[in-house]
Amino acid sequence: MQLTNRAKKIDKSEMTLAERMYLPAIAGGMAITLKHFFKKKPTINYPEQKRYLGPVFRGHHILKKDEEGRERCTACGLCAVACPAEAISMVAAERKEGEEHKYREEKYAAVYEINMLRCIFCGFCEEACPKQAIYLRHDEFVPVFMNRDEVIYGKDKLVEDMNHRYLREGWK
Amino acid sequence: MEVFWIKAIIVLVIFGLSLVVAMYSTWAERKVAGYMQDRPGPNRAGWGGLLQPLADAGKMFFKEDFIPLQANKWLFIAGPCLAMLTALMSSSVVPFGDTIKIGEHEIQVQGIEVNIGILWVFGVVSLGVYGVMVGGWASNNKFSLLGAIRAASQNISYELAMGLSLIAIIMLTGSLSVRDIVLSQHGAAWNLFYQPLGFIIFLVCAFAECNRTPFDLPECEAELVGGYHTEYSSMKLGFYLFAEYINMFVSSCVISALYFGGFNYPFMDKVAEALGSDATGHNIATAIGFGVFFAKALFFVFFFMWVRWTLPRFRYDQLMNLGWKNLIPLAILNVITTGIGILLDIRWFSWVAMIAIVIIAVAQSAMKPKSARGILEAAPSR
Repeated sequence: MQLTNRAKKIDKSEMTLAERMYLPAIAGGMAITLKHFFKKKPTINYPEQKRYLGPVFRGHHILKKDEEGRERCTACGLCAVACPAEAISMVAAERKEGEEHKYREEKYAAVYEINMLRCIFCGFCEEACPKQAIYLRHDEFVPVFMNRDEVIYGKDKLVEDMNHRYLREGWK
Repeated sequence: MEVFWIKAIIVLVIFGLSLVVAMYSTWAERKVAGYMQDRPGPNRAGWGGLLQPLADAGKMFFKEDFIPLQANKWLFIAGPCLAMLTALMSSSVVPFGDTIKIGEHEIQVQGIEVNIGILWVFGVVSLGVYGVMVGGWASNNKFSLLGAIRAASQNISYELAMGLSLIAIIMLTGSLSVRDIVLSQHGAAWNLFYQPLGFIIFLVCAFAECNRTPFDLPECEAELVGGYHTEYSSMKLGFYLFAEYINMFVSSCVISALYFGGFNYPFMDKVAEALGSDATGHNIATAIGFGVFFAKALFFVFFFMWVRWTLPRFRYDQLMNLGWKNLIPLAILNVITTGIGILLDIRWFSWVAMIAIVIIAVAQSAMKPKSARGILEAAPSR
């Protein structure tokens, strides 16, 4: 009983001389490999070339600043609470007089650390953030660690560089 | 004395050339494999990965050179040495080019010119089995021994058909000297056009002799771990693999010398005439011939790789069937038709056998009933 049309018919009759000589089949096969020999290779030479990962890729974390270069993070800790891997920790501090150009609000994160060995890049921190301060970039990976000391990323690696602002597709 | 030194230089150049070609065959093999599988192959070490063979050799040298405790130590070392030695010896009688004129001397671009040249190739290639056999036996490992026995029986089986296909060439030329065989194919009168069947048989046997896919059963990983070189590591393994590539190059040279006219090419007389008959012109003509020969040989090296990355392996009984039941009768048929051709004084007579086979094959596949092709159709429905 035939249920689908996917079954292939197999020729199990005795082979003819032409088939037993294999040579026509071999020539056919070699034509196929030669065709592939001259085909364009789809390889992306990774460290030199990087493929576009899409607008929703979750990569390297970034602590955004606003247009005037003030840090948006207020160290509310919602990201740390949302984090299923408990990778985020922070120490809050009060903004001093004369620091208004550095921090957007009265409270800021003096220390903001993400343990990249714990992070699972789920993006919950991004969703939890009420100040639009933390984002997972779509265009950059977290690089490979060579040492345990490099695993915890502090503010030095996370805060946005105003000269190279991170813009996601669809913003502005 | 002067002749001696020039000859020594030629021998050294041929020796070095086969080593360099074998070295870059490993690179080319990986590159060809990559390209045929839609990837770029090794491209990190040097431009286009050209330093890859050096990197591989460096890696081989620095790996642990392990000799199993139960192995026969001296034979274990002798195995790869033998393989390498025989591989390098066989290139000595291959005529790489015509002659070079220096002063009043005319020196052949060839290691040694002997009147039994092709027998020398055969003898040395048969000795090559010892390298594999000794290495496999000395390893004191079942898989190595099985691989070695496979290699030996395969090589012996295919040598018969190879020799028989060669006899037709020797009958046509009337000489065992490779140089004479090449010279008899002057211009475009290549043996390929007189011995098509013999060429196919010889080519298939050459694949088997080099232990190349589809006949690489001696190192069949699926059944034999690594075949005869299971226990080998470091540069001893490297020598085995290297010997395979040298064999491949030498086989390519022999194929192009025997069937593709060696250093002969169409309109070579006109080229030689244009260059003049003085020493410089003659030497330039020889250099062109050398280039032509080299191009042919390299094409066959590519062909070896092309086949390797196209075909799967034979099963062992299929291999033996092909050798004994198909190739040897065909080779004998070829010898007989060539003999009839010589008797009737028609050089191209062995085409008759070829055409007869093609006609039978075409007729048989045309006569095959269409209904037999679909088994599912014929099966009764429940």
